[in-house]
Amino acid sequence: MAPGVGIIGIGSALPAKVVTNFDLEKFLDTSDEWIRTRTGISERRIAEEGVITSDLAARAAEKAMAEAGITADQVEMIIVATATPDAPLPATACYVQAKLGAVNAAALDVAAGCTGFIYGLVVGSQFVRSGAYRHVLVIGAEVLSRILDWTDRSMCVLFGDGAGAVVLGPVDEDSGILSFKLGSDGHMADMLAIPAGGVRRPASLETVKAGLHYARMLSGNETFKFAVRVMGEVTQQALDAAGLTREDLDFLIPHQANWRIIDAARKRFCLPEERVVVNINRYGNMSSASIPVAMEEAVRDGRLKRGDLVALVGFGAGLTWGAAIVRY
Amino acid sequence: MDIYGKVKALISEQLGVEEGELTMDTSFEDLDADSLDIVELVMALEEEFNLEISDDEVEKIKTVGDVVRYIEAHA
Ligand SMILES: CC(C)(COP(=O)(O)OP(=O)(O)OC[C@H]1O[C@@H](n2cnc3c(N)ncnc32)[C@H](O)[C@@H]1OP(=O)(O)O)[C@@H](O)C(=O)NCCC(=O)NCCS
Repeated sequence: MAPGVGIIGIGSALPAKVVTNFDLEKFLDTSDEWIRTRTGISERRIAEEGVITSDLAARAAEKAMAEAGITADQVEMIIVATATPDAPLPATACYVQAKLGAVNAAALDVAAGCTGFIYGLVVGSQFVRSGAYRHVLVIGAEVLSRILDWTDRSMCVLFGDGAGAVVLGPVDEDSGILSFKLGSDGHMADMLAIPAGGVRRPASLETVKAGLHYARMLSGNETFKFAVRVMGEVTQQALDAAGLTREDLDFLIPHQANWRIIDAARKRFCLPEERVVVNINRYGNMSSASIPVAMEEAVRDGRLKRGDLVALVGFGAGLTWGAAIVRY
Repeated sequence: MDIYGKVKALISEQLGVEEGELTMDTSFEDLDADSLDIVELVMALEEEFNLEISDDEVEKIKTVGDVVRYIEAHA
């Protein structure tokens, strides 16, 4: 029987700078009341000038490695899930590899929007399960503050910067990642996108002037509906694949896009509030960093214990979605 | 149950108001529903009546009566 693959270390890195809704009120036509009631967000972290995605990623990874009790040379693969790479080329994972001194590691990025961490987790786990690698780092890291139009109140209030990392390694066969389900719908690719800067619309004076290098969302309502529906569906599919039911779950750790999305999905899924991990109030939407950061917090504050059953569930640009059922 | 009854039941469940308080003229503004409450209500209506209500149509829906008439015309 193949061994299991599980999370043997977890860490996070959050910029020290806190930007509250009241801070945003000073330069945007918005209000703390609007942002809190529509999204659940009170404040977010913003990376200091000069701090880039690979910096946060490496900091989070170092903590995860320390908890796992491994050194950088024991890491055989680094997967960085991000929508905000250091540069279009090369992969941010290569910068992280250098910062960590992970001389024996392959390095690659995964681009799956806010589902990036789940995609990365599933990709990385295959190498451990197959026996090809023993230790794989999976990191969700974002500096979203640099791809936002800070004059567009409908977008910039929603996001924050941060990173979360896990070390995957062999565990007993009945623990770790028990099942997963991933999905995508490329017909909805324009729903949430950075229109320019790739080869379809290379960067030019015009694309910069038109603001096409900022992240944009076509319909907040459509994204909201998609997110609420898919969260329950994909979690149920992943549970089915593991032969488990929602009653078995100790915690649901969803992508933190909007408290209203999480709460609507939670009610449809018939889970009590205390079984859903929420920290969007303090960090906003950190895209691929949201899930590992929320999970790390639940571990540190003693809520999530070894042996607990958790569902990690994400959704985002692509559109993409995914869930993993983990016996922590 | 007729459409009016079903719609009232859904609204009461989604927005946490007594069914008895709802009339055809009750507006969502009176019920203190914000735009995301409406989105959630629309999701429930779409699932109950097996239809899709576009963003543009949602904009026009202001009262319980608007919902009932929309469903009657489209379901
Ligand atoms: C973005 C979102 C909060 C908007 O909610 P909403 O209440 O439906 O917002 P709307 O866009 O309909 O705007 C409602 C009004 O609020 C205004 N508004 C938007 N942002 C505002 C802000 N930051 N402050 C104050 N008012 C704001 C709009 O201009 C609009 O005003 P108008 O009716 O006078 O035109 C919601 O759609 C959402 O969370 N969607 C999911 C997005 C998401 O998380 N995507 C990422 C997935 S990974």
